[in-house]
Amino acid sequence: MKYIEPFRNGAVAWKIARRIATEADPHRDYYLMEFCGGHTHAISRYGIPGMLPGNIHMIHGPGCPVCVLPMGRLENMIQLAQTPGFIVCSYGDMLRVPTARGDSLLKQKARGADVRMIYSAADALQIALRNPQQQVVFLAIGFETTTPPTAVVIKQAQMLGLTNFTVFCNHVLTPSAISHILQSPEIRELGLVRLDGFIGPAHVSTIIGSKPYTYFAEEFQKPVVIAGFEPLDVMQAILMLIRQLNTGRAEVENEFTRAVLPDGNIKAQRLVAEVFELRRSFEWRGLGAVPYSALRIKSRFAEFDAERRFALPVLSVPDHKACECGAILRGVKHPRDCSIFGTACTPDNPLGSCMVSSEGACAAYYRYGRFREHDHDDTAKVH
Amino acid sequence: MCLAIPALVEQINADDDAVVNLGGVRKAISLALVEDIKPGDYVIVHAGYALQKLDLAEAEHTLQLFADMSAGIGDNED
Repeated sequence: MKYIEPFRNGAVAWKIARRIATEADPHRDYYLMEFCGGHTHAISRYGIPGMLPGNIHMIHGPGCPVCVLPMGRLENMIQLAQTPGFIVCSYGDMLRVPTARGDSLLKQKARGADVRMIYSAADALQIALRNPQQQVVFLAIGFETTTPPTAVVIKQAQMLGLTNFTVFCNHVLTPSAISHILQSPEIRELGLVRLDGFIGPAHVSTIIGSKPYTYFAEEFQKPVVIAGFEPLDVMQAILMLIRQLNTGRAEVENEFTRAVLPDGNIKAQRLVAEVFELRRSFEWRGLGAVPYSALRIKSRFAEFDAERRFALPVLSVPDHKACECGAILRGVKHPRDCSIFGTACTPDNPLGSCMVSSEGACAAYYRYGRFREHDHDDTAKVH
Repeated sequence: MCLAIPALVEQINADDDAVVNLGGVRKAISLALVEDIKPGDYVIVHAGYALQKLDLAEAEHTLQLFADMSAGIGDNED
């Protein structure tokens, strides 16, 4: 496939790996966080940790919207699904996320609830048009990549004058999450978690551009390299980060120039600004309450806001006791540190969202890495 | 979830709808988030929407960069 295969060339990957090995300073360690779940998977799938020297450590970040959605929000959707006359639409991964009680949208579907898997926000709108007698609720999750399509369908619903279509908005923001991690006591004060630089998300950046990352590069003095999803993109970004760290630079660089402009996609940003506004605070699984990190629907689109229309209660639901998703999302623990990883919690029977989601760290590690004896992709340990 | 893939735009219809080709698979998507797209362009597609046009010159430039970065490292070097 054009514009994909050349970015997966194994021979070139090894050459870049050798260059990384040459340039990495053997007297220090490098702790790099790949924020995005898609990168976590690409890194595992292509065996990148095995190609890096032992002093480069990849830390998994919380860029997995399924993984960071707190259970209380999922419970809201389950309750709506159980309500007669409702159709709940959701992207595939969310259907399998288990609540602490072992319930899920998929299990509700098995018990007769009308729960539909969709691939696109546009599908949810179509379902509303085809089922005028039912209330259709779209579970909208995702970072900045997925938010613009939700904005498009809300505007379309308004133009069509639909009264049976609402969105349960759980869209979250990347820069806020990165700031929050960098400001956490574990990193800033206690020095328990070492983070030297970031691989910036690929497709979030096509929307927001490279400028928003300048803030953390400067404020926290950490380099950021935005990388595409293909393995060569990631290897290249790692090399660029090593070079920045070796020369004491903390800048924003863009490896993914073929799709990311400094300003991003202005049209998409404008659509999002038209429909959504910032929530003052939003609870993230594993990170707790994060200020200005999430979006809600503006009041002029109130009739498409499921939270307002159906007075959804704020539920605080704790995670499964043995589940370490929270710590894993913060980069403090590794999937293999979780006592139920691979035993009670597997992709077939997931107990936490990190195992369910196609972008979750646990799912990536289970699928691609767990039989490796010696791993480079550690979390940052205490020094 | 945020994964998106480059696809070739084959046909543009009314209301921002288009047909793209990804390795032989044709799919209907929306161009509501992009502008100035013509058949023959490549776009990054996510969840049924084109997010950005792929800059082909930059793609070639990046591939060249990989080649340059790894230049001087021989195939039988250890």
